[in-house]
Amino acid sequence: MPYRQVFLEVLGQPVSRESGWPAAIKNMETITSIKPLLAVLVSLGITPVLLSSAKPNVREAWTFVAAIAKFALVASMLPAVLNGSEIVYTVAEVIPGVAIKFRVDALGMFFALVASSLWIVTSAYSIGYMRGLKEHDQTKYFCYFALALSAAIGVAFSANLLTLYLFYEMLSFVTYPLVTHHRDEEARRSGRKYLLYIVGTSIGFVLPAMLICYNLSGTLEFGKQGFLAGTGSNALMELLLGLLLFGFAKAAIMPFHSWLPAAMVAPTPVSALLHAVAVVKVGVFSVVRVLTGVFGTDLLRSLDFSPFILLVASVTILVGSFIALSQDNLKRLLAFSTIAQLSYIVLGVGLLSPKGMTGGILHIGMHAFGKITLFFCAGAIAVATGRKNISEMVGIGRRMPVTMAAFFIASLSIIGMPPGGGFLSKWYLLLGSIEANQLPIVLVLLLSSLLNAAYFMPIVYKAFFCRPEESLFENGVKEAPLFCVVPLVVTTLISVILFFYPQPFFSLAALVVKGIAGT
Amino acid sequence: MSEHYPALLVTVPLLSALFITIAGWLKKGLCFPIAVAALSVSLYSSLGLLMRILSEGPVLYLLGGWPPPWGIAYYVDHLNGLILTVVPLVALLNLIATKKVVEEEFPEKIGPFYALYVLMVTGLLGILVTGDAFNLYVLLEIASLTGYGLLAMGEDRAPLSSLNYLYMGTIGACFYLLGVGYLYIVTGSLNMLDISSILPSLYQSRAVLVAFILCMVGLWIKMAFFPLHAWMPNAYTFASSAATSLVAPLMTKVMVYVMIRLILTVFTPKFDFTVLAVKGPFVWLAVLAIVAGAVLALAERNLKRMLTYVIVAEVGYMVGGAWLGNRDGMTGAILHIVNDAFMTLCVFLVVGNIVYKVKGYRFENLKGLCRTMPFTMGAFVVGALSIIGVPPTCGFFSKWYLLSGAIQAGHYGFVAALLFSSLVNVVLFFRVIEISYYEPRGESHGHGASSPALNEAPVSMLVPLLMVAAGLILLGLYTGDIINHVIRFAVPASLS
Repeated sequence: MPYRQVFLEVLGQPVSRESGWPAAIKNMETITSIKPLLAVLVSLGITPVLLSSAKPNVREAWTFVAAIAKFALVASMLPAVLNGSEIVYTVAEVIPGVAIKFRVDALGMFFALVASSLWIVTSAYSIGYMRGLKEHDQTKYFCYFALALSAAIGVAFSANLLTLYLFYEMLSFVTYPLVTHHRDEEARRSGRKYLLYIVGTSIGFVLPAMLICYNLSGTLEFGKQGFLAGTGSNALMELLLGLLLFGFAKAAIMPFHSWLPAAMVAPTPVSALLHAVAVVKVGVFSVVRVLTGVFGTDLLRSLDFSPFILLVASVTILVGSFIALSQDNLKRLLAFSTIAQLSYIVLGVGLLSPKGMTGGILHIGMHAFGKITLFFCAGAIAVATGRKNISEMVGIGRRMPVTMAAFFIASLSIIGMPPGGGFLSKWYLLLGSIEANQLPIVLVLLLSSLLNAAYFMPIVYKAFFCRPEESLFENGVKEAPLFCVVPLVVTTLISVILFFYPQPFFSLAALVVKGIAGT
Repeated sequence: MSEHYPALLVTVPLLSALFITIAGWLKKGLCFPIAVAALSVSLYSSLGLLMRILSEGPVLYLLGGWPPPWGIAYYVDHLNGLILTVVPLVALLNLIATKKVVEEEFPEKIGPFYALYVLMVTGLLGILVTGDAFNLYVLLEIASLTGYGLLAMGEDRAPLSSLNYLYMGTIGACFYLLGVGYLYIVTGSLNMLDISSILPSLYQSRAVLVAFILCMVGLWIKMAFFPLHAWMPNAYTFASSAATSLVAPLMTKVMVYVMIRLILTVFTPKFDFTVLAVKGPFVWLAVLAIVAGAVLALAERNLKRMLTYVIVAEVGYMVGGAWLGNRDGMTGAILHIVNDAFMTLCVFLVVGNIVYKVKGYRFENLKGLCRTMPFTMGAFVVGALSIIGVPPTCGFFSKWYLLSGAIQAGHYGFVAALLFSSLVNVVLFFRVIEISYYEPRGESHGHGASSPALNEAPVSMLVPLLMVAAGLILLGLYTGDIINHVIRFAVPASLS
C-alpha cells in the first residue's frame, strides 16, 4: 500500500499498532511573533489605498502586492510550524481569561496557505472577469475581497473561539456586499437569505454555545484535546455539539445549506474564491476546529458522538449530490457539489480515526484547488459566451478546449480519480472509514463518487463528443481573455501536482494528527 | 484644586448657563465657545476624579463642608466615577457635531438652546455625583425640565410630544419623590449611605417596600421601560436632531444608573435579591421590554422612530441585567450603560447628518446615501454592528456579560430575548443599509448607472461622528481594562 508508506514516511515515525494514532510530539516550542497579526492586517490595510487609487491598473497592482505579501507572510511561518512550533500573538485581553489572540498551528497554517495562495490566482482571474464583463463598482469589489481575505486568515490563525467568532462574523458582513454585487432584486433577495442563514445561526447558535463553554470551563482557548472534557453533563454536551455543528452555517451542513446556491448570484470570482474556498472552508474549518479544539477527539469518542456527526455529514453528501444531478445552471450545480464535498471534511474528522482526519484535512486543500478551477471555468464560459446553463454548452469543448480540458481534470479531482489531488483525500477518507470500522461510510463515499461522476461527466462528454450538427457553437477556438484562462490553467496544474507531490500538505495534516495524539 | 473636582464638575456648567444666556442677548457667537469650555472643564474634572478613584478609592465630598445627613454629600465611587466621564464626553462630542444644525434650525434661539443644553448636562452630572437621595430628585427635575425644553424645539409636532413627555416625566419624578419621602419617614435620613446603614433592620417594613416600588416605577417611567415608554418615540422623533442626540444617549442611561445605585447602595443586594422575591418577575418584564422594543422597531418605516424603539429594547437589556442578581449580569448592565451611550450617540449623530443633508429620516429618504454620504453611512454600519453585538465593537462585550449572567442565573427567557433582539437588530439595520446602499437616489428607477456626486455632511459634523464610531471599536478592545480596573470594584463583593 504505497500511500501508507508515504504517510509513514512523512510522519517519520512508526504508527503505534493498537490505536493507529502516531506518537505525540514531545518538545513543542511556542514563538511569540507579530507575523500572524500582520498576515491578517495586510489586506485590511490595503483597502484605503485601493479606494483612493485613481486608475484600475494601479488598484490591481496594489491588490497583487497585498496578495503576494500575505502569501509571503503566511509562507514565512511555514518552516517554524513544520518544525512543530506554534506562533502566538495576543492583541488584547477582552474578557478575563479570553483574549483576542492568534496562534498559528498546523491546521491553521494549512488553511491559510490554501486561502492566501488562491487569492493571488483569483486576483488575476478577477481582473479578466470583471473587465471582460465590464462590471460596475470594481474598486469596491476589490476592497471587500481584500477584507474577506483578512477575515479568512484571521479565522485560520485564531487561538480561541472568541477570536474565531470575531473573524467569522467579519467575514459574513464583508462578503454580503460581494454576494449582492449585482444590486438587482434577485441579488438583494439572495443577500438577505445569506445574512439570515449565516448571521442567524452564528448569533442564534454559536454565541450561546460559546457562552455555555466559557461558563463551563472558564476558557475558550483551543486545546489539543479540547477544553470541555469533564465539565458538563452528557445532555449539555449533546446540546453544544448541535449548536456548534449547525451554528457555523458557512459549512453548509444540511439543513442550513440553502444560502449557498442562492449566493451564486455573485460574480463568478466571488463564487470561486469565497464560495468554494474562503467562506465555506472557513465554515468547515471552524467545525473542524471546534470538534478537535473544543470537544477533543477523546471526548467525542467517549460520548459516542461519532455516529451523529457521520450521519449528518453523510446525509448532506448524498442529498447534495442528488440535487446537483438535477441542476441545469452550472454554478448552481457546482454549489450543490460544494455542499456535498464540504461534508467530506466534516465526515473525515467525525470518523475520529487518524487516517480519516488526515483525509478530511487534506480535502480542505484538494477540494479548494479542484473546485476553484471548476468555478473559474464556469466564469470563463460566461465571459466568453455569456452562457450559464449546461444545456446551452453542448459542443463547447471545440470552442474553448483549454477551459474544458481544465474542467475535465478538475472534475476528476472532485470525483476522486487520479491524477487529481482529490484522489488522495478520498483515499484517506476511505482508509479512515475502514480503520474506524464504519462500512456504511465506505458505501456513502463510493456512491457519492459515482454521483459526482454522473453529474460532471455528461458535461464534459457533451462538450467534446457531440455530433457536429448538435453543437451549439460555431467552429473555431475562441477562449476567454488570458487573465481568465491562465489562472484556471494554473489551478488545474496545482491540482495535478498535488497528486504527485502532496508532501507539504501531507506534512501539515500529519502534524495536525500528531498534535491531537498529544495526550 | 483637584479635591474640588466633584463640585467643579457640576457648578462650572451651571454657572456657564447664566453666561450663555447673557451672551445670547449680547453676542450670539460666544454661546458655543462658552458651552464648549464649560463641558471641557466638566470632562477634565470627571477624568481627574476617575483617576483619583482608581488610585485612592471612593471620594466623599461635602458641599459647603456640612456633614451628612444634614448637608449634601457628593459620593463618587467606581460606579458613578465611570459614568461621570461618559456624560460630559458624549455631551461635548454632540455639542461640536451639532453646531451647524443649531445655527441652521433655530438661529434666534442659540442662547436659550445652549443654556438649556449645559443645564441639562449639569442636571445629569449632578444626578451622577450626588450621594443624597433628595438632592438627586432636584437634579433629576433640572435635567428633565431642560430636556422637555430642548425636545420641544423641533418640528411642528415637537411641542405637543414634549408636553406628553412632560406629563409622563413629572409623574415619574413624583413617584420617585414619594418613594424618597417614604424612606425619609422610616429612616429620617436622605443620605444614601446613611439610609443604607439604617435600612437593614427595617427590611420587613411595608413602608420600605412601598418606597422601593415607588422609586422603581418612577425611574422606569423616566427610563422608558416598556410598557412605560409611550412618551419616548414621539418626543425623540419630532425634536431637533441636535437635542435628540443629546437626550437619547444620556437620559435613559443615567436613569438606569440611578436604578442600579438604588439597587446596590440604598437598598443593598441582600434586600433586592434575597428579601424581595422579585428578581425573576423583573427580569421577565425586561424580556417583555426587549421583545416589544424589537417588534415595534420592526414595524417602523422611519429611521429615527425605529432607533427610539431600539432604545426601548436596550433599556430592557440593562434593567434585566441588573435584576439577574449576579455579578456578570450587573457587570453587563453597567458596561452597557457606557457602551449604549456611545452606540446611541453614534446612530443619532448619523440621523443628524442625514437630516442635515436630505431633510428627512424616513426610509425613502435614505436611498442612495451610501454613495452620497459614505463616511456617515460607514459610521452607521459600525454603530449598527455594535448594537447587533458583533465583536470587536463594544456592544458585543456588554451583551456577552449580560448573556453570561443570564446563563448563570438560569434565566433562559432572558437569554432567548437577547438573542432574539440581536437577530431582529440584524434585520432592522441591514434593511436600512440595503435601502441606502442599493436603492438608487432620485426618480430614475433604472439600474443606477449614473454615479451621484459625494454630498457629505460638513467636516465639523463628520469628525466627531467618526471619532465616536472609532471609539466603539476601541471601547470594545479595552473592555478587559474597563472591567478589571473599574467595574470590578463597582459591583459589590456580595454579588457573585
